[in-house]
Amino acid sequence: MDVIFTALPALGDAWALILQPVVLGYLILGVIMGLCIGVFPGLGGIAGLSLLLPFMFGMDPILGLALMIGMVAVVPTSDTFASVLMGIPGSSASQATVLDGFPMAKNGQAARALSAAFASSLFGGLVGASFLTVFILVARPVVLEFRTPELLMITIFGLSMVGILAGRVAIKGIVAAGLGMLIGTIGEGASSGDLRMSSYDFPYLTDGLKLVIVGLGIFAIPEIISLLRQDRAIAKEQALGGGWLDGVRDWFANIWLSVRCSIIGVIVGVIPGLGGSVVDWIAYGHAVQTTKDKSKFGSGEVRGVIGPESSNNAKEGGGLVPTLLFGIPGSGSMAIFIGAIALLGSGQIEVGPAMLKNNLDITYSIVWLLALANVVGTVICIAASGGIAKLTTIRFALLAPFLFMIIAFAAFQSGQNLMDLVALFAIGFLGIMMRRFDWSRPAFLIGFVLSNPAETYANQALQIAQSRFRKGFGEGIDYIFSPIVIVLLIITVISVVVGLRQAKSILAEGDVKSGSKRAPLAFLLIVTGYIAYALFDAASIPSFSRDRTFPMFVACVCLLGCAVLIIRMMLKPETDTVFADRERHGDDSEATHGLWPTLAWFAALLVLTALLGFILALGLFLFSFLRIRAGLSNVAAVIYTASGIAFMCAMAWLLNRDFPPGLLQEYADLPWPLT
Amino acid sequence: MSLFKTTRRAAMGLVAAAVATLPFQTQAGGHGIDLAGKTVEWIIPFSETGGSAKWANFYAPLLSEALPGAPTVVVKFMPGAGSTKGANFFQEQTYDDGTLIFGSSGSTQFPFLLGDPRVKYNYADWNVVLASGTGGVAYLPPDMAAKMSGLDASGLQGEDFIYGSQGATRLDLVPLLAWEMLGLSVEPVFGIKGRGDGRLMFERGEANIDYQTSSSYLKGVTPLVEDGSAVPMMSWGALDDAGNIVRDPTFPDMPTFKEVCEATAGCETSGEKWEAWKAFFIAGFPAQKMVFLPNGASADAIATYTAAFEAVKARADFAEISSGRLGVYPQMTGDEAKGALKSGTEVPQAAKEFVVGWLEERYGVTLK
Repeated sequence: MDVIFTALPALGDAWALILQPVVLGYLILGVIMGLCIGVFPGLGGIAGLSLLLPFMFGMDPILGLALMIGMVAVVPTSDTFASVLMGIPGSSASQATVLDGFPMAKNGQAARALSAAFASSLFGGLVGASFLTVFILVARPVVLEFRTPELLMITIFGLSMVGILAGRVAIKGIVAAGLGMLIGTIGEGASSGDLRMSSYDFPYLTDGLKLVIVGLGIFAIPEIISLLRQDRAIAKEQALGGGWLDGVRDWFANIWLSVRCSIIGVIVGVIPGLGGSVVDWIAYGHAVQTTKDKSKFGSGEVRGVIGPESSNNAKEGGGLVPTLLFGIPGSGSMAIFIGAIALLGSGQIEVGPAMLKNNLDITYSIVWLLALANVVGTVICIAASGGIAKLTTIRFALLAPFLFMIIAFAAFQSGQNLMDLVALFAIGFLGIMMRRFDWSRPAFLIGFVLSNPAETYANQALQIAQSRFRKGFGEGIDYIFSPIVIVLLIITVISVVVGLRQAKSILAEGDVKSGSKRAPLAFLLIVTGYIAYALFDAASIPSFSRDRTFPMFVACVCLLGCAVLIIRMMLKPETDTVFADRERHGDDSEATHGLWPTLAWFAALLVLTALLGFILALGLFLFSFLRIRAGLSNVAAVIYTASGIAFMCAMAWLLNRDFPPGLLQEYADLPWPLT
Repeated sequence: MSLFKTTRRAAMGLVAAAVATLPFQTQAGGHGIDLAGKTVEWIIPFSETGGSAKWANFYAPLLSEALPGAPTVVVKFMPGAGSTKGANFFQEQTYDDGTLIFGSSGSTQFPFLLGDPRVKYNYADWNVVLASGTGGVAYLPPDMAAKMSGLDASGLQGEDFIYGSQGATRLDLVPLLAWEMLGLSVEPVFGIKGRGDGRLMFERGEANIDYQTSSSYLKGVTPLVEDGSAVPMMSWGALDDAGNIVRDPTFPDMPTFKEVCEATAGCETSGEKWEAWKAFFIAGFPAQKMVFLPNGASADAIATYTAAFEAVKARADFAEISSGRLGVYPQMTGDEAKGALKSGTEVPQAAKEFVVGWLEERYGVTLK
């Protein structure tokens, strides 16, 4: 009861703080800035908050909070635009939205998908805030119950979603996930810093590949290239069906799914260390498992949009718990948020264990500012969705060069390095091949995202458990098999069994016809070769280092899977599903342009950047693409190019970024932005 | 003490006066540089989310006000390869007009000291204008702390300790070596992302020994100490002007590692192990974060930046606004900063070799 008596007045104080016109004004300002930034893939809360930081110093705390929270809260809302309209996962929070959102856009249902997503986001945000209002008071002991074995188990549960998304040939999905995990282990190991698949002579890979690059490469590039080859608009029909009201109605019809996914979002968000990387996949998996007719998933099932979108905004609320109560940021943007709070006012807000005791009113203000920002952001987004959805009717050849520009810029955010573009191109090529031969790309991405936590938690749990077992057998068992672990274990097993049984009917990437044997086999052999080399590479790490165990284990499992696939390919006729090949039937095979010429355009941008630096290369690329491929007149192409470059420079100037230099810049000293 | 305060205040007043007249001097005699209308880029070789980011974000607006011509100061993050990427980049830059500065950290110093093959930079080429120190505190759960008798830690020698670590070649080298010298068997669990995660591991009861830098200790551990779930064990101490380790001014009631070591059987405050620990402690804590101008910077530019940082320190509200973010530690400029740089980057060869050998033998870490 004591708790309630302290909480209620604090809640009242919080609302009194929030409901001042000037605070609401700052909140709306933050929301609008957040929407503008979140629309661009790869630019999330980190970029936005960094923009605001210089203004935070000495600012009135509640105004600063309103501004920052407004910005952070709406990023997972606005990145839905890129996911649904372009098939580009805007941030880790909206990867799963792509799976059904983008097919809906292709079917001309963009506005409906968007408004269903926004309604879910809004609702998720509100459910999250309500849940937190109560939960935050008792959160500390609950969060501390999640030790390393529990974290490992949640990671494994996340990985078990591969079962649902594995596609028609389950082993292919598992190998895809394993390949993702192996690619995730590239670079310095977390344990003793041993290098996997990289060398200090070639420093780029030692830091590993960033999620932005892998997400864009694996999802966005294949879709863009494919659409470009077909030379049409994103939406197949010119008439856009499904207005925004339909989307809201869809959401309301699935309100209980939305409730459940919101709760999943808050709970996973609350646990420090996992952040947003698993939550949308778990929500998507849940949406699939609770839907009777699973045949539409992957080709535009609205429940596949509602699930992840309900969870990702709720997760932001949940993420406040580790941030505010423990002073441990749940994500990159939260880390900056903590830093910025210290700059506010005279620094009287101290994030950490004392927050609840000393600043409960501020804590509640933060929780409900977040919810309020969600409301404002959603209303703006829904209002805009009908208009923005029209983008899907524009001829894609006009849109694509600018998408390449934005994707390249997003990729630079990770390392500000030409190698970012090379990595994007390489992963993009892998994505194209995986799409062509019907290897599950979601499974690959889940593997990549969870590779790092899976390895770290497995190593740590093992090490701590060993120490516990030395003290006594009972103590070790208690540590590993806590009640939470057992419950999670049961859920995981059920989910895998059910998932595998259903996976055949879930065509996350649409139906793909089989064709000849040669191309699919060649791709499989290349994948097998890479995995074998990764195994060899990991095995060459000295045996006392923990950094070798995880990649070796994953590689061995994958090689087994590859062996099974190779045998199956040898035994079965070429009509078997294992030989799926998109170039044989369907849109890709009938495309106006070939794969290689289309890819060459992007390669040209890459090579030109290496020679001339990004801005000059971009100018040449945009102009010649618009002139030659899109067939614009000289004047139009010049105008389009100029506006593209101007836009890019404005963004870079605002975010204080340089563009990667090329060979030319080695010899000539050029003024910004050409440097 | 009061005399010291008065002289310091007088000195600060002088500096403030000097800064106030700087723009005029620029026109008159050419001492100092004018940065009006320019943008100063402050390179931080870490991501936006780390401790160096907080430090730079704290100083950037103050520096902007204090520099002649009030240039815009932007913090530019260049993470990669544990800060060696950004430092290597800075090494390649030559002095132009004083609009480029670099912020290094203990994580930049340690690879340099240990001869990491990725290091292509040399501190001797750079010009230090500010050095910020910090301290660190080790702490224990109450049941373990009860096994210490006063300063004597030998009661802990038979226990199994688990410590959440970021890596043996990082700042964690200092606590790991200290605990080993005390005869504790501490098993580091590697792979945590920051010291905050280490504290969380301690709070969850998985780790039973931990350390935090001073400001994190004040924010994150003091509440735990108050509710009885953590007990401070020792601080690493601070350096006095003569280079001796003395009690940390932020934690005057806490014994230093030196005191605990002296009281514990088997731990010695002399010899190569102690010298190695002390050398790396100095590199990692009292001279942890520094601001540099690039190779070839003019004396005018160095003077201008030194004066600007002195002016920041001389702000009436500096103690108030900095204590929460930087802790109560010396923010050194001029000769003091040069001294800190020297002690932080020039480690005796014997200490270096000892640590390299110890890392390889104890943790199998080779720096090749």
